[in-house]
Amino acid sequence: MAKVSMTVNGKSVSGEVEGRTLLSTFLREGLGLTGTHVGCDTSQCGACVVHIDGKAVKSCTTFAQDVAGAEVKTIEGMANTDGSLSTIQQAFQDHHGLQCGFCTPGMVMSAAALLADNPKPTEAEVRHHLEGNICRCTGYHNIVKAVLAASGQDVGQIAAE
Amino acid sequence: MYNFEFVKPSSIAEAVKALAEDGAQPLSGGQTLIPTLKQRLNQPDMLVSLTGIAEMKGIKAEGGALVIGGATPHAAVAAEAAAHYPALAALAGNIGDPAVRNRGTIGGSLANNDPSACYPSAALASGATIVTDRREIAADDYFQGMFATALDEGEIITAVRLPIPQKAAYVKFNQPASRFALTGVFVAKFADGVRVAITGASNDGVFRWAEAEAALSANFAPEALEGLSLSGDNMISDLHGTGPYRAHLCKVLAKRAVAAA
Repeated sequence: MAKVSMTVNGKSVSGEVEGRTLLSTFLREGLGLTGTHVGCDTSQCGACVVHIDGKAVKSCTTFAQDVAGAEVKTIEGMANTDGSLSTIQQAFQDHHGLQCGFCTPGMVMSAAALLADNPKPTEAEVRHHLEGNICRCTGYHNIVKAVLAASGQDVGQIAAE
Repeated sequence: MYNFEFVKPSSIAEAVKALAEDGAQPLSGGQTLIPTLKQRLNQPDMLVSLTGIAEMKGIKAEGGALVIGGATPHAAVAAEAAAHYPALAALAGNIGDPAVRNRGTIGGSLANNDPSACYPSAALASGATIVTDRREIAADDYFQGMFATALDEGEIITAVRLPIPQKAAYVKFNQPASRFALTGVFVAKFADGVRVAITGASNDGVFRWAEAEAALSANFAPEALEGLSLSGDNMISDLHGTGPYRAHLCKVLAKRAVAAA
Protein backbone atom coordinates (compact mmCIF):
# COMPACT_ATOMS: atom_id res chain seq x y z
CA MET A 1 0.00 0.00 0.00
CA ALA A 2 1.10 3.53 -0.71
CA LYS A 3 -0.27 6.90 0.29
CA VAL A 4 -1.73 9.01 -2.50
CA SER A 5 -2.80 12.64 -2.28
CA MET A 6 -4.65 14.78 -4.79
CA THR A 7 -7.18 17.58 -4.97
CA VAL A 8 -10.73 16.41 -5.66
CA ASN A 9 -13.40 19.03 -6.32
CA GLY A 10 -11.24 21.66 -4.69
CA LYS A 11 -10.48 19.70 -1.50
CA SER A 12 -7.16 18.10 -0.61
CA VAL A 13 -7.67 14.38 -0.06
CA SER A 14 -5.42 11.42 0.56
CA GLY A 15 -5.74 7.70 1.11
CA GLU A 16 -3.96 4.36 1.09
CA VAL A 17 -4.02 2.59 -2.29
CA GLU A 18 -2.45 -0.42 -3.98
CA GLY A 19 -0.51 -0.20 -7.22
CA ARG A 20 -3.51 -1.56 -9.09
CA THR A 21 -6.06 0.82 -7.50
CA LEU A 22 -7.87 2.63 -10.29
CA LEU A 23 -8.83 6.28 -9.94
CA SER A 24 -12.50 5.23 -10.21
CA THR A 25 -12.03 2.81 -7.29
CA PHE A 26 -10.26 5.45 -5.20
CA LEU A 27 -13.01 8.00 -5.86
CA ARG A 28 -15.89 5.62 -5.21
CA GLU A 29 -14.57 3.36 -2.45
CA GLY A 30 -11.87 5.53 -0.91
CA LEU A 31 -13.69 8.85 -0.94
CA GLY A 32 -17.33 7.72 -1.20
CA LEU A 33 -17.83 9.79 -4.36
CA THR A 34 -20.13 7.32 -6.08
CA GLY A 35 -21.37 9.79 -8.68
CA THR A 36 -18.55 8.57 -10.93
CA HIS A 37 -20.05 5.44 -12.43
CA VAL A 38 -18.28 2.33 -13.66
CA GLY A 39 -20.30 0.97 -16.54
CA CYS A 40 -18.20 -1.36 -18.66
CA ASP A 41 -14.84 -1.41 -16.87
CA THR A 42 -13.32 -2.04 -20.32
CA SER A 43 -12.61 1.60 -21.28
CA GLN A 44 -15.46 1.82 -23.75
CA CYS A 45 -18.55 3.36 -22.15
CA GLY A 46 -17.32 6.66 -20.69
CA ALA A 47 -19.60 6.59 -17.61
CA CYS A 48 -16.49 7.04 -15.43
CA VAL A 49 -15.18 10.19 -17.14
CA VAL A 50 -13.74 12.79 -14.75
CA HIS A 51 -11.46 15.76 -15.34
CA ILE A 52 -7.77 15.56 -14.45
CA ASP A 53 -6.12 18.98 -14.59
CA GLY A 54 -9.01 20.06 -16.80
CA LYS A 55 -8.84 17.16 -19.26
CA ALA A 56 -11.57 14.52 -19.59
CA VAL A 57 -10.22 11.03 -18.87
CA LYS A 58 -11.65 7.60 -18.08
CA SER A 59 -11.09 7.12 -14.36
CA CYS A 60 -11.45 3.34 -14.78
CA THR A 61 -8.44 3.39 -17.11
CA THR A 62 -6.15 5.53 -14.96
CA PHE A 63 -4.27 4.42 -11.85
CA ALA A 64 -4.84 6.49 -8.72
CA GLN A 65 -1.09 6.75 -8.09
CA ASP A 66 -0.51 8.02 -11.63
CA VAL A 67 -2.52 11.18 -10.89
CA ALA A 68 -1.05 11.91 -7.46
CA GLY A 69 -0.96 15.66 -6.96
CA ALA A 70 -3.44 16.35 -9.76
CA GLU A 71 -6.60 18.45 -9.67
CA VAL A 72 -9.51 16.05 -10.16
CA LYS A 73 -13.07 17.14 -10.81
CA THR A 74 -15.99 14.73 -10.61
CA ILE A 75 -19.72 15.09 -11.15
CA GLU A 76 -20.04 15.96 -7.45
CA GLY A 77 -18.02 19.10 -8.17
CA MET A 78 -20.19 20.28 -11.07
CA ALA A 79 -23.06 22.01 -9.28
CA ASN A 80 -22.88 25.72 -8.54
CA THR A 81 -21.57 26.75 -5.11
CA ASP A 82 -25.12 27.46 -3.89
CA GLY A 83 -26.10 23.87 -4.71
CA SER A 84 -28.12 24.70 -7.80
CA LEU A 85 -27.47 22.72 -10.98
CA SER A 86 -24.79 23.99 -13.35
CA THR A 87 -25.85 25.15 -16.81
CA ILE A 88 -24.99 21.79 -18.39
CA GLN A 89 -26.76 19.76 -15.69
CA GLN A 90 -29.84 22.00 -15.92
CA ALA A 91 -29.87 21.59 -19.70
CA PHE A 92 -29.84 17.78 -19.34
CA GLN A 93 -32.89 18.09 -17.07
CA ASP A 94 -34.69 20.63 -19.27
CA HIS A 95 -34.18 18.65 -22.47
CA HIS A 96 -34.65 15.20 -20.98
CA GLY A 97 -31.08 14.22 -21.80
CA LEU A 98 -31.29 11.07 -19.73
CA GLN A 99 -33.53 8.15 -18.96
CA CYS A 100 -31.98 5.80 -16.41
CA GLY A 101 -29.19 8.30 -15.70
CA PHE A 102 -26.37 5.80 -15.44
CA CYS A 103 -24.29 7.34 -18.24
CA THR A 104 -25.16 10.92 -17.26
CA PRO A 105 -22.18 11.72 -15.01
CA GLY A 106 -19.80 10.81 -17.84
CA MET A 107 -21.92 12.64 -20.41
CA VAL A 108 -21.91 15.81 -18.30
CA MET A 109 -18.16 15.65 -17.68
CA SER A 110 -17.41 15.05 -21.37
CA ALA A 111 -19.80 17.83 -22.39
CA ALA A 112 -18.15 20.23 -19.92
CA ALA A 113 -14.72 19.43 -21.39
CA LEU A 114 -16.03 20.04 -24.90
CA LEU A 115 -17.64 23.39 -24.05
CA ALA A 116 -14.50 24.55 -22.23
CA ASP A 117 -12.51 24.05 -25.47
CA ASN A 118 -15.22 24.87 -27.96
CA PRO A 119 -17.96 27.09 -26.47
CA LYS A 120 -20.25 26.96 -29.55
CA PRO A 121 -19.91 23.49 -31.08
CA THR A 122 -21.94 22.34 -34.06
CA GLU A 123 -24.22 19.34 -33.71
CA ALA A 124 -21.67 17.24 -35.63
CA GLU A 125 -18.91 18.33 -33.26
CA VAL A 126 -21.00 17.41 -30.22
CA ARG A 127 -21.72 13.97 -31.66
CA HIS A 128 -18.05 13.41 -32.54
CA HIS A 129 -16.96 14.50 -29.07
CA LEU A 130 -19.41 12.16 -27.35
CA GLU A 131 -18.26 9.09 -29.32
CA GLY A 132 -16.67 7.66 -26.19
CA ASN A 133 -19.80 8.03 -24.06
CA ILE A 134 -22.34 5.29 -24.52
CA CYS A 135 -26.03 5.62 -23.57
CA ARG A 136 -28.19 2.50 -23.87
CA CYS A 137 -31.57 4.06 -23.03
CA THR A 138 -32.45 7.13 -24.98
CA GLY A 139 -30.43 7.29 -28.08
CA TYR A 140 -28.35 10.42 -28.18
CA HIS A 141 -30.73 12.98 -29.60
CA ASN A 142 -31.76 14.71 -26.38
CA ILE A 143 -28.25 14.49 -24.97
CA VAL A 144 -26.89 16.33 -28.01
CA LYS A 145 -29.75 18.82 -27.74
CA ALA A 146 -28.95 19.43 -24.06
CA VAL A 147 -25.28 20.08 -24.82
CA LEU A 148 -26.17 22.49 -27.61
CA ALA A 149 -28.66 24.26 -25.34
CA ALA A 150 -26.03 24.49 -22.58
CA SER A 151 -23.77 26.25 -25.07
CA GLY A 152 -26.44 28.93 -25.42
CA GLN A 153 -27.54 27.91 -28.91
CA ASP A 154 -31.15 27.80 -30.01
CA VAL A 155 -32.36 24.20 -30.11
CA GLY A 156 -35.96 25.05 -30.99
CA GLN A 157 -35.45 23.77 -34.52
CA ILE A 158 -34.24 20.35 -33.36
CA ALA A 159 -37.26 18.07 -33.08
CA ALA A 160 -37.72 16.06 -29.89
CA GLU A 161 -37.55 12.30 -30.32
CA MET B 1 -6.20 -7.36 -12.00
CA TYR B 2 -3.14 -8.79 -10.22
CA ASN B 3 -1.42 -6.34 -7.95
CA PHE B 4 1.97 -4.77 -8.68
CA GLU B 5 4.23 -2.08 -7.33
CA PHE B 6 3.72 1.34 -8.94
CA VAL B 7 6.56 3.78 -9.45
CA LYS B 8 6.56 7.14 -11.20
CA PRO B 9 10.05 8.43 -11.99
CA SER B 10 10.61 12.03 -13.10
CA SER B 11 13.54 11.44 -15.47
CA ILE B 12 14.46 9.03 -18.27
CA ALA B 13 17.52 7.88 -16.31
CA GLU B 14 15.40 6.95 -13.28
CA ALA B 15 12.88 5.15 -15.50
CA VAL B 16 15.59 3.10 -17.21
CA LYS B 17 17.02 2.16 -13.81
CA ALA B 18 13.60 1.09 -12.50
CA LEU B 19 12.95 -0.94 -15.65
CA ALA B 20 16.13 -2.93 -15.08
CA GLU B 21 14.37 -4.67 -12.15
CA ASP B 22 12.99 -8.15 -12.78
CA GLY B 23 9.32 -8.07 -13.73
CA ALA B 24 9.23 -4.31 -14.31
CA GLN B 25 7.27 -2.98 -17.30
CA PRO B 26 6.74 0.54 -18.63
CA LEU B 27 3.31 2.19 -18.46
CA SER B 28 2.54 5.13 -20.71
CA GLY B 29 -1.06 6.35 -21.10
CA GLY B 30 -2.32 2.87 -20.22
CA GLN B 31 -5.24 2.92 -22.64
CA THR B 32 -4.30 -0.53 -23.92
CA LEU B 33 -2.22 -1.86 -21.05
CA ILE B 34 -4.78 -1.24 -18.28
CA PRO B 35 -7.61 -3.14 -20.07
CA THR B 36 -5.08 -5.94 -20.73
CA LEU B 37 -4.16 -6.07 -17.03
CA LYS B 38 -7.83 -6.18 -16.07
CA GLN B 39 -8.22 -9.31 -18.18
CA ARG B 40 -5.21 -10.81 -16.38
CA LEU B 41 -3.40 -11.22 -19.69
CA ASN B 42 -0.30 -9.64 -18.21
CA GLN B 43 1.24 -9.83 -14.74
CA PRO B 44 4.00 -7.29 -14.10
CA ASP B 45 5.68 -7.10 -10.68
CA MET B 46 6.19 -3.40 -11.15
CA LEU B 47 4.77 -0.72 -13.45
CA VAL B 48 7.01 2.21 -14.24
CA SER B 49 4.86 5.17 -15.25
CA LEU B 50 6.39 7.33 -17.98
CA THR B 51 3.82 10.12 -17.69
CA GLY B 52 5.72 12.16 -15.11
CA ILE B 53 8.85 12.64 -17.22
CA ALA B 54 8.86 16.22 -18.51
CA GLU B 55 11.69 15.58 -21.02
CA MET B 56 9.46 13.01 -22.79
CA LYS B 57 6.60 15.41 -23.45
CA GLY B 58 6.02 18.06 -26.08
CA ILE B 59 6.28 18.75 -29.78
CA LYS B 60 8.85 20.81 -31.61
CA ALA B 61 9.65 21.50 -35.26
CA GLU B 62 13.32 20.89 -36.00
CA GLY B 63 14.89 21.18 -39.45
CA GLY B 64 12.00 19.91 -41.59
CA ALA B 65 10.91 17.34 -39.03
CA LEU B 66 8.61 17.18 -36.03
CA VAL B 67 10.08 15.79 -32.85
CA ILE B 68 7.40 14.46 -30.52
CA GLY B 69 8.16 13.29 -26.99
CA GLY B 70 7.25 9.65 -26.40
CA ALA B 71 4.85 10.49 -23.55
CA THR B 72 2.95 13.15 -25.52
CA PRO B 73 -0.78 12.36 -25.57
CA HIS B 74 -2.73 12.12 -28.82
CA ALA B 75 -4.77 15.23 -27.97
CA ALA B 76 -1.61 17.33 -27.71
CA VAL B 77 -0.39 16.03 -31.09
CA ALA B 78 -3.82 16.79 -32.61
CA ALA B 79 -3.63 20.38 -31.35
CA GLU B 80 0.06 21.24 -31.63
CA ALA B 81 1.11 19.38 -34.79
CA ALA B 82 -1.70 20.93 -36.87
CA ALA B 83 0.36 23.93 -38.01
CA HIS B 84 3.35 21.77 -39.05
CA TYR B 85 2.02 18.39 -40.17
CA PRO B 86 -1.78 18.53 -40.63
CA ALA B 87 -2.16 14.90 -41.74
CA LEU B 88 -0.48 13.69 -38.56
CA ALA B 89 -2.59 16.01 -36.40
CA ALA B 90 -5.76 14.77 -38.10
CA LEU B 91 -4.74 11.16 -37.48
CA ALA B 92 -4.09 11.87 -33.80
CA GLY B 93 -7.43 13.67 -33.48
CA ASN B 94 -9.32 10.59 -34.62
CA ILE B 95 -7.74 7.95 -32.41
CA GLY B 96 -10.25 6.40 -30.00
CA ASP B 97 -12.35 9.07 -28.32
CA PRO B 98 -11.51 12.36 -26.54
CA ALA B 99 -10.85 10.75 -23.14
CA VAL B 100 -8.54 8.14 -24.70
CA ARG B 101 -6.71 10.91 -26.59
CA ASN B 102 -6.06 12.77 -23.34
CA ARG B 103 -4.19 9.78 -21.86
CA GLY B 104 -2.92 7.59 -24.70
CA THR B 105 0.54 8.50 -26.03
CA ILE B 106 2.44 8.24 -29.30
CA GLY B 107 5.27 6.30 -27.65
CA GLY B 108 2.85 3.85 -26.07
CA SER B 109 1.09 3.25 -29.37
CA LEU B 110 4.34 2.66 -31.26
CA ALA B 111 5.76 0.39 -28.53
CA ASN B 112 2.59 -1.72 -28.54
CA ASN B 113 2.43 -1.86 -32.38
CA ASP B 114 -1.17 -3.03 -32.50
CA PRO B 115 -1.82 -4.26 -36.07
CA SER B 116 -4.83 -1.91 -36.31
CA ALA B 117 -3.38 1.16 -34.56
CA CYS B 118 -3.12 4.42 -36.49
CA TYR B 119 0.31 5.78 -35.45
CA PRO B 120 2.45 2.95 -36.89
CA SER B 121 1.24 3.89 -40.39
CA ALA B 122 2.21 7.54 -39.85
CA ALA B 123 5.65 6.63 -38.52
CA LEU B 124 6.35 4.20 -41.37
CA ALA B 125 4.98 6.44 -44.14
CA SER B 126 6.90 9.44 -42.81
CA GLY B 127 10.15 7.47 -42.62
CA ALA B 128 10.30 8.37 -38.94
CA THR B 129 13.13 7.71 -36.54
CA ILE B 130 12.21 6.08 -33.23
CA VAL B 131 14.43 7.56 -30.54
CA THR B 132 14.90 5.40 -27.43
CA ASP B 133 16.82 5.77 -24.20
CA ARG B 134 19.80 4.06 -25.86
CA ARG B 135 19.70 4.41 -29.69
CA GLU B 136 17.82 5.60 -32.78
CA ILE B 137 15.88 3.13 -34.94
CA ALA B 138 14.62 3.79 -38.47
CA ALA B 139 10.89 3.04 -38.85
CA ASP B 140 11.74 0.60 -41.66
CA ASP B 141 13.69 -1.51 -39.13
CA TYR B 142 11.46 -0.86 -36.14
CA PHE B 143 8.16 -2.58 -37.00
CA GLN B 144 8.68 -6.34 -36.94
CA GLY B 145 5.19 -7.85 -37.16
CA MET B 146 2.00 -7.90 -35.14
CA PHE B 147 2.75 -6.46 -31.65
CA ALA B 148 6.47 -6.96 -32.39
CA THR B 149 9.09 -4.19 -32.56
CA ALA B 150 12.85 -3.76 -32.47
CA LEU B 151 12.66 -2.58 -28.83
CA ASP B 152 14.66 -4.59 -26.31
CA GLU B 153 13.38 -5.51 -22.87
CA GLY B 154 13.18 -2.35 -20.74
CA GLU B 155 13.95 -0.02 -23.68
CA ILE B 156 11.66 3.01 -23.87
CA ILE B 157 10.70 5.34 -26.70
CA THR B 158 11.74 8.80 -25.55
CA ALA B 159 10.83 10.62 -28.79
CA VAL B 160 9.76 10.15 -32.38
CA ARG B 161 11.25 12.23 -35.19
CA LEU B 162 8.95 12.51 -38.21
CA PRO B 163 10.18 14.18 -41.40
CA ILE B 164 7.42 16.48 -42.68
CA PRO B 165 6.26 15.52 -46.19
CA GLN B 166 5.34 17.96 -48.97
CA LYS B 167 1.86 16.42 -49.05
CA ALA B 168 0.24 13.73 -46.93
CA ALA B 169 -3.07 12.27 -45.84
CA TYR B 170 -4.32 9.43 -43.70
CA VAL B 171 -7.65 7.81 -44.49
CA LYS B 172 -9.07 5.41 -41.96
CA PHE B 173 -12.02 3.09 -42.41
CA ASN B 174 -13.38 3.19 -38.87
CA GLN B 175 -14.26 0.05 -36.97
CA PRO B 176 -17.09 1.90 -35.22
CA ALA B 177 -17.18 -0.12 -32.00
CA SER B 178 -13.48 0.05 -31.16
CA ARG B 179 -12.65 3.15 -33.24
CA PHE B 180 -9.45 1.42 -34.31
CA ALA B 181 -8.76 1.33 -38.04
CA LEU B 182 -10.54 -1.55 -39.73
CA THR B 183 -7.98 -0.59 -42.36
CA GLY B 184 -6.08 2.68 -42.67
CA VAL B 185 -3.72 4.07 -45.32
CA PHE B 186 -1.15 6.83 -44.83
CA VAL B 187 0.29 8.38 -48.00
CA ALA B 188 3.25 10.79 -47.76
CA LYS B 189 4.88 12.57 -50.71
CA PHE B 190 8.49 13.67 -50.26
CA ALA B 191 10.87 15.35 -52.73
CA ASP B 192 12.55 11.99 -53.35
CA GLY B 193 9.41 9.84 -53.66
CA VAL B 194 6.16 8.68 -52.14
CA ARG B 195 5.75 6.35 -49.16
CA VAL B 196 2.53 4.41 -48.54
CA ALA B 197 2.00 2.61 -45.22
CA ILE B 198 -1.00 0.46 -44.38
CA THR B 199 -2.38 -0.53 -40.99
CA GLY B 200 -5.27 -2.81 -40.05
CA ALA B 201 -4.72 -5.15 -42.97
CA SER B 202 -1.75 -7.50 -42.86
CA ASN B 203 -1.23 -10.36 -40.42
CA ASP B 204 2.34 -9.02 -40.22
CA GLY B 205 1.19 -5.62 -38.94
CA VAL B 206 1.88 -2.28 -40.61
CA PHE B 207 3.58 -2.53 -44.02
CA ARG B 208 4.66 -0.46 -47.02
CA TRP B 209 2.95 -1.03 -50.35
CA ALA B 210 5.94 -0.89 -52.70
CA GLU B 211 4.03 -1.05 -56.01
CA ALA B 212 1.79 1.84 -54.97
CA GLU B 213 4.82 3.86 -53.89
CA ALA B 214 6.47 3.36 -57.30
CA ALA B 215 3.28 4.25 -59.20
CA LEU B 216 2.62 7.35 -57.08
CA SER B 217 6.24 8.50 -57.25
CA ALA B 218 5.83 8.59 -61.05
CA ASN B 219 2.37 10.14 -60.97
CA PHE B 220 0.88 11.40 -57.69
CA ALA B 221 -2.77 10.91 -58.65
CA PRO B 222 -5.47 8.41 -57.60
CA GLU B 223 -5.58 7.01 -61.18
CA ALA B 224 -1.97 5.89 -60.84
CA LEU B 225 -3.19 3.08 -58.56
CA GLU B 226 -5.82 1.86 -61.04
CA GLY B 227 -4.06 -1.27 -62.31
CA LEU B 228 -2.66 -2.34 -58.93
CA SER B 229 -4.01 -4.85 -56.46
CA LEU B 230 -2.94 -6.51 -53.21
CA SER B 231 -3.49 -10.16 -52.37
CA GLY B 232 -5.84 -10.94 -49.47
CA ASP B 233 -3.94 -14.14 -48.63
CA ASN B 234 -1.99 -12.80 -45.66
CA MET B 235 -4.55 -10.22 -44.58
CA ILE B 236 -6.40 -10.13 -41.26
CA SER B 237 -9.68 -12.00 -41.56
CA ASP B 238 -12.27 -11.59 -38.80
CA LEU B 239 -15.98 -10.99 -38.30
CA HIS B 240 -15.56 -7.38 -39.43
CA GLY B 241 -14.02 -8.20 -42.79
CA THR B 242 -12.28 -10.93 -44.76
CA GLY B 243 -8.72 -10.78 -46.06
CA PRO B 244 -9.79 -10.02 -49.64
CA TYR B 245 -12.15 -7.30 -48.34
CA ARG B 246 -9.26 -5.64 -46.49
CA ALA B 247 -7.03 -5.98 -49.57
CA HIS B 248 -9.70 -4.18 -51.57
CA LEU B 249 -9.98 -1.48 -48.88
CA CYS B 250 -6.23 -0.84 -49.07
CA LYS B 251 -6.55 0.32 -52.66
CA VAL B 252 -9.77 2.27 -52.16
CA LEU B 253 -8.37 4.10 -49.14
CA ALA B 254 -4.99 4.71 -50.80
CA LYS B 255 -6.78 6.43 -53.70
CA ARG B 256 -8.82 8.52 -51.27
CA ALA B 257 -5.67 9.46 -49.36
CA VAL B 258 -3.91 10.60 -52.53
CA ALA B 259 -6.96 12.68 -53.47
CA ALA B 260 -7.07 14.21 -49.98
CA ALA B 261 -3.32 14.94 -49.72
